[in-house]
Amino acid sequence: MLDLSDPSDLSSAFDGVLSSSTTVVPLVGPDHLTSAPVVRSVRGMPRDDLLNLAGALVSATCLSLLLFGRLTPLAGPLGFVVVTYALFLALYSFLVSLTEDRPAVVDKVMAAALTSAAVLAGGALLSVIAFTLWRGRAALTKPNLYVHDMSTAGPADPLTIGGIAHAIVGTLLVISVAMLLTVPLGLSCAVFLNETRGRAARLVRTVVDAMTALPSILAGLFIFATWILILGFERSSLAASLAVGIMMLPIIIRSADVVLRLVPSNLREASAAMGAPQWRTVWHVVLPTARSGLVTSVILGVARGVGETAPVLLTSGFTASMNVNPLKNPMVSLPLATFEFVRSPQPAMVARGFATAAVLMMLVLALFTLARLLGGRPVGHISARQARRVAACSVRDAARFDLIPAEENDARR
Amino acid sequence: MTAVTATTIPPVGEQAPSRPRVIVERRDRGDHLFHGVITLGSLVVLAIMAAVGLFLFLQAAQALRSTGVSFLTTSAWQPDRGEFGIAAVMTGTIAIAIVAVGIALPVSMGTALFVTEIAPVRLRSTCVALVDLMAAVPSVVYGLWGLFLLQGHTVGLARWLSTWLSWVPIFRVPGADPNNPLASSSSYTASTFIAGIVVAMMVMPIQCAVMREVFSQVPSGESEGAYALGATRWGMIRIVSIPFGRAGIIGGTMLGLGRALGETIAVLLIISPRFDINLHVLEAGGNSVSSLIALRYNEASGFGLSALMAAGLALFAMTLVVNFTASIFIARSRSGASSEA
Repeated sequence: MLDLSDPSDLSSAFDGVLSSSTTVVPLVGPDHLTSAPVVRSVRGMPRDDLLNLAGALVSATCLSLLLFGRLTPLAGPLGFVVVTYALFLALYSFLVSLTEDRPAVVDKVMAAALTSAAVLAGGALLSVIAFTLWRGRAALTKPNLYVHDMSTAGPADPLTIGGIAHAIVGTLLVISVAMLLTVPLGLSCAVFLNETRGRAARLVRTVVDAMTALPSILAGLFIFATWILILGFERSSLAASLAVGIMMLPIIIRSADVVLRLVPSNLREASAAMGAPQWRTVWHVVLPTARSGLVTSVILGVARGVGETAPVLLTSGFTASMNVNPLKNPMVSLPLATFEFVRSPQPAMVARGFATAAVLMMLVLALFTLARLLGGRPVGHISARQARRVAACSVRDAARFDLIPAEENDARR
Repeated sequence: MTAVTATTIPPVGEQAPSRPRVIVERRDRGDHLFHGVITLGSLVVLAIMAAVGLFLFLQAAQALRSTGVSFLTTSAWQPDRGEFGIAAVMTGTIAIAIVAVGIALPVSMGTALFVTEIAPVRLRSTCVALVDLMAAVPSVVYGLWGLFLLQGHTVGLARWLSTWLSWVPIFRVPGADPNNPLASSSSYTASTFIAGIVVAMMVMPIQCAVMREVFSQVPSGESEGAYALGATRWGMIRIVSIPFGRAGIIGGTMLGLGRALGETIAVLLIISPRFDINLHVLEAGGNSVSSLIALRYNEASGFGLSALMAAGLALFAMTLVVNFTASIFIARSRSGASSEA
């Protein structure tokens, strides 16, 4: 038992502890005070890490070159990449483990693995785009591709004859008609979901959610069975627009609904408190506030609709000549033309298919960039020009409220 | 507020039980018109959706009545002889979807974690835009890529897998002899595996978007707490981000699964159709419900079309279950303000 009142007893009790630990006295002196503390850099990558990475990468490449070239009968670019990657991870973890402890090694290796997942995804996207452009380059560089249709070109004709103008026009027509049908419907439905409460809105929301699960081919099959077989209309771009519209509608409603829900409710309440009826609140407050997001949701829905092949395959028919009438005669669109071209055994046709795919991709890319540019702003954020307009408007309002003529008001300022 | 309560104090002696004022919504003509328009819009939407669902159901019922339960167990597809079922096409669809999700899941999760935790802040919005762009690339373009580029390169991988892992039943390729150096590669092309890889490219961005959304909503208090306790970055991801985002990971994965089940054109381009249950994913030939519809819609008689509708209905039922389960999971994740369904 320790007797704490006795100092000798206490010192003997802590003897072992005290002797084993040493107290570090901080340096107090002019030297320590004047030298500025070194700030540890937390940005970028330390030199050691960079060297480890580079070393592991180089030695993994060399090792697998050796394996594939000399030591084993392995072959093939894909196998080379896989083997190199496995070797890289092993070598990298070994290099890091020379200087670091286990948690740090796991951290570094996992960071490398996560990064490589992202690089794999990006690389796959790049390879898709580059491959399509590369295989279509021969046809893409011929100007007749963009101005002619395929009515005069036989399957064995060279790339200087025939083009896909009919498919470009067809795609634009199909998507414009589909937009005309779906955008007003979709937006009014999204407004309904946000402006009314109760069972009706819940039912509509559930049904729309269910319809986002509808495989696009079923939208095509529905229009094929009803519009074409039962009602007896011919295959035309209108039928394709209907099918694409059914597919786009739930996408547009869902994303517009999400955007509208982000409009702060105090804006709505402020408008209501000023005595505005609901339609004025929606028209002058809610929709302008969410404009950028609504545009994005429509454009993204359109981008999905442009690229869908399955509904168009069933409904629009196939033709090699230009047709600008949406109601009569088959009309071909870019994805369908791609699909038909590449099924041909002729190399020139396949090249045309890739060129068509490249044009389609460019169209989607343009739509996508447009959506980014218009929709980059969060809900409620306004541009400088809009801000000036709003300010001017409130100056006018202030003048009106003061019941002072505007000139007099200006003169007073 | 106080002014209002002050004026409504009832006179003493008249102790009426206090109850909330009944709010009567009085609409002017503009509001009536406005409500009419938006209600009409959503009624039309509802009618279209109901028409699609009902029509599919009614048309399918005709075919289903004639086959009964054997619709689920028959592999062949010869509706005009009365012998048809979804056993082969449905297992084919599920096999493609599972291969796709199996490949896409690690990549999308890694990409989502890279974007939220590892990428430099300046690069993040670019990464997000690239992933979104990946979702926007038309499926026919992915199909071309898979058919003309990927197929040639994966044959070697498929042959290697089937040679060395043939003790795993799904990797076996019955028709091929790995010891024959002159064997053509055709037993390894047009397989479920290649179709699955291509569908994985379309599924990946969807999964990644949901996961990124969830990972970016990890409360900074929790992640900084982990760092303060000495966790490495991976340690923080393992003990904070992944448990926090678990519901989002599951929900995103299932959302991708729903998309993978319905994919048509890439599968149609790549796979060579066959009508028996084939679980050897590396072997040539497979099928899916949507590619069956795309193949047969044109030559189908009235009854054949109704049989296709039945297959489509089965597919729709499955994607519906998968999507609703996904949205339940996503809504249940502690975040989810933007993705509540």
